[in-house]
Amino acid sequence: MTSLRTAFLPRALHPGAWWLWAIGLATAASRTTNPVLLLLLVAAAGYVVAARRTPAPWSRSYAAFLRLGLIVIALRMALQVLFGSTGAGHVLVTLPELPLPSWAAGVSLGGPVTAEDLLAATYEGLRLATILACVGAANSLANPSRLLRVVPGALYEVGVAVVVAMTLAPQLVTEAGRLRQARRLRGRPDRGLRSVVGVALPLLESSLDRSLQLAAAMDSRGYGRTAGVPRATRRLTGALVLLGLTGAALGSFGLLDGGSPQLAGLPLLGWPLLLGGMAAEVAGFTLGGRRVGRSRYRPDPWALPEWLVTAAGVGTAVTFLAAVAADPTSLAAPVAPPAWPGLPLLPLVGILLALVPAWAAPPVPTARGSAAVRVPASERVAA
Amino acid sequence: MIRFEQVTVTYGGLDRPVLADVDLHVPEGELALVVGPTGVGKSTLLRCVNGLVPHFSGGTLLGRVTVAGRDTRTHPPRELADVVGVVGQDPLAGFVTDVVEDELAYGMESLGLAPQVMRKRVEETLDLLGLADLRDRPLRTLSGGQRQRVAIGSVLTTHPQVLVLDEPTSALDPAAAEEVLAALQRLVHDLGLTVLLAEHRLERVVQYADRVVRLDGVGLPVVSGDPARVLAHSVVAPPVVELGRLAGWHPLPLSVRDARRAAGPLRERLVGRAPLRAVDPADGPPVAAARALVVRYGDVVALRGASLAVTAGEVVAVMGRNGAGKSTLLNALVGLTVPSAGVVRVAGADPAQLPARDLLRHAGLVPQEAADLLTAETVAAECSASDRDCRAAAGATRTLLDRLAPGIDGTSHPRDLSEGQRLALVLALVLVAEPPLLLLDEPTRGLDYTAKARLVGVLRSLAAQGHAVVMATHDVELVAEVATRTVVMAEGEIVADGPTAEVLVASPAFAPQVAKVLAPEPWLTVGEVAAALEVAG
Repeated sequence: MTSLRTAFLPRALHPGAWWLWAIGLATAASRTTNPVLLLLLVAAAGYVVAARRTPAPWSRSYAAFLRLGLIVIALRMALQVLFGSTGAGHVLVTLPELPLPSWAAGVSLGGPVTAEDLLAATYEGLRLATILACVGAANSLANPSRLLRVVPGALYEVGVAVVVAMTLAPQLVTEAGRLRQARRLRGRPDRGLRSVVGVALPLLESSLDRSLQLAAAMDSRGYGRTAGVPRATRRLTGALVLLGLTGAALGSFGLLDGGSPQLAGLPLLGWPLLLGGMAAEVAGFTLGGRRVGRSRYRPDPWALPEWLVTAAGVGTAVTFLAAVAADPTSLAAPVAPPAWPGLPLLPLVGILLALVPAWAAPPVPTARGSAAVRVPASERVAA
Repeated sequence: MIRFEQVTVTYGGLDRPVLADVDLHVPEGELALVVGPTGVGKSTLLRCVNGLVPHFSGGTLLGRVTVAGRDTRTHPPRELADVVGVVGQDPLAGFVTDVVEDELAYGMESLGLAPQVMRKRVEETLDLLGLADLRDRPLRTLSGGQRQRVAIGSVLTTHPQVLVLDEPTSALDPAAAEEVLAALQRLVHDLGLTVLLAEHRLERVVQYADRVVRLDGVGLPVVSGDPARVLAHSVVAPPVVELGRLAGWHPLPLSVRDARRAAGPLRERLVGRAPLRAVDPADGPPVAAARALVVRYGDVVALRGASLAVTAGEVVAVMGRNGAGKSTLLNALVGLTVPSAGVVRVAGADPAQLPARDLLRHAGLVPQEAADLLTAETVAAECSASDRDCRAAAGATRTLLDRLAPGIDGTSHPRDLSEGQRLALVLALVLVAEPPLLLLDEPTRGLDYTAKARLVGVLRSLAAQGHAVVMATHDVELVAEVATRTVVMAEGEIVADGPTAEVLVASPAFAPQVAKVLAPEPWLTVGEVAAALEVAG
């Protein structure tokens, strides 16, 4: 049992907690176009990543996601210039307009580019980029293979398939390189289309070979020792899991998309579907978990730090949602006419909440066998 | 513990059995070594033990295999996972997870053991195999010996009674092989584990074996028993046994230590004689030169200012532990790796700048995975494709192949050839363009003694024809047989370079068995001793 004392010692936080925190931040970001708030969210996520990421290879993905965000903003602006002209506001440039047939009404190609349109597009692009940054933060903080270890028993086979794919992918890349070199060694061109075709078949052959070897190894190590479960139960499990997933996905979509149908101020598609879906999911997983007679080595504990990190993410989302509920326009940056966006108080509190994991999450353990030397406290003072 | 009763295995689509009427019993607590030429069914025999044959491989198995009282007929591999642990040839191919600790726990998770039990056993296994410092390391970053030990550990955690290993030390340098074998011996001695292992490099393993199981060929009875007795009439035997046969020692020594104690009279007979061996033709015309090469992969420096010059007629062996930069040096000499500093010249050209079709006229490399070079469906198609690639006369490759390894059926698939035949085929593909420089990376992996002797003959005649040969290898016995010069690498630098006899005899890790037995006299191979004794009459 993890006691309160050991919970904050250096260890890896449960990957689920990081993802819940990141989803909370992404939900908050989806509610606003205010660039100041969005940039503050990106900064908060970045600060937590810098404070709590491990030296593992996936931990460098935050920067990659930020770059991806810049591309998204550029793309969104380019689309606006090309297709989205409304012609209202201050015209900056007028592009030659292409007349489109009547069935394409509502879409224009070219035309006047206005400052207001461009600004709105930038804000929307920034919102998308912020959501991407939140995903990137979770990606660099949570160990992907440990995340797969927490998949419920009913999804065990899927989890194994993903783990195997993750380990095979880099091997496949090395192998492709080796086969390309082998072509050169035989005096065949190692560049160009023909070489790609020439490598593809042997690569397929060797990866099949590899899969067979792995399958044999897994079989010899007891993979697939299943407890006998009647067929009807298996079917019910499958149906429940599928239905639940669909429900949960639709529900989350409804929650995140502010424009979905509402009933008495509450999103109709959101909560009921999400909760119903999750209930079906839990039922399916409990049923399916019985199917697999396997146990788990050192499961990640869910202790106070996990609760704090999750609460921080949820708290951030709640402050933004509450601000929108109180005044639907408060989080939208003024575009027409363009004005400096304001700084509402409640979301600012939410962003401060988003920073909590930088302290609440336990510190990253130092890698064993690395060059890091543990200096005794007495000598540290002298140094 | 392991019992085979009248076992005959026939794979689907083949009309001849791979194993026929095998009777075998391995008692509890023994380390049994399976020996025999390649293609005789050693791997099949091992895979029968946990039911991979026939449950996984297909085909039919007649007779009965029982392990710890369980019949493999009624128990598929997964139901035997708690009594038999199997480690394959390539440990990396059998890893399911990505970190050492998780890999050790995987088998126990499949068996559904309680978390406390798993925690305890993982810690015990980490200590038992000396892996404690590696517990958080990604599996891909481990060295060959470490991988092999993790693979052994990962099957040990389920507390099997039987451990089956297929060529556990073939890919390892001598030091890493020692490390793995020491771990194995500890398991047999301390835990009473029954171990069944197949290995071509007998010189490394035979001294640890309690029993040798000899497969001579399909249809011939399996001979099993005391190692010295079984090896006395074996086609495959380590140099120390061959030396014992030559000198007529009885009982046959299996370890260097036993042989040294028996070798007094032989040493006296050899006093005043010098081994006849090919001298290094250092003044021949230069073929290849590499000067001050630097190669980096990210943070890792693979070559740190290494220089090497090779002249025609030389056979140069490049030795050193895994990761010392041997393969990188070979790749640089053939232009696959472009050094960030330094110059490579092979037959007057920089191989990295040559178009692919001209490369083979300068240098040919047989890579570690020689089968990578094979792409066609049949041997005949492979040969004619090679004639076209190298613009050689039609049939040239086939003629060359028949000289290297006669009697290969042109219609057979390259995959179905034995390791030795496949190596001969790849050699033929490379040699048909007559490259002045031939490079071989770990050529004896998976070769039995017969195939190795054939390779030695081929390399000697190539050198006599004026080819320069450079090979990277861990196989000290091969080096002793054929290399005129030996280069030792460490951390990307060349730390020793000189005539083979001087370099090998001086090193405890790289000295061949005969040198260890007859030290301080510089004899390297059984052949040299035999020749000297013949002269003496």
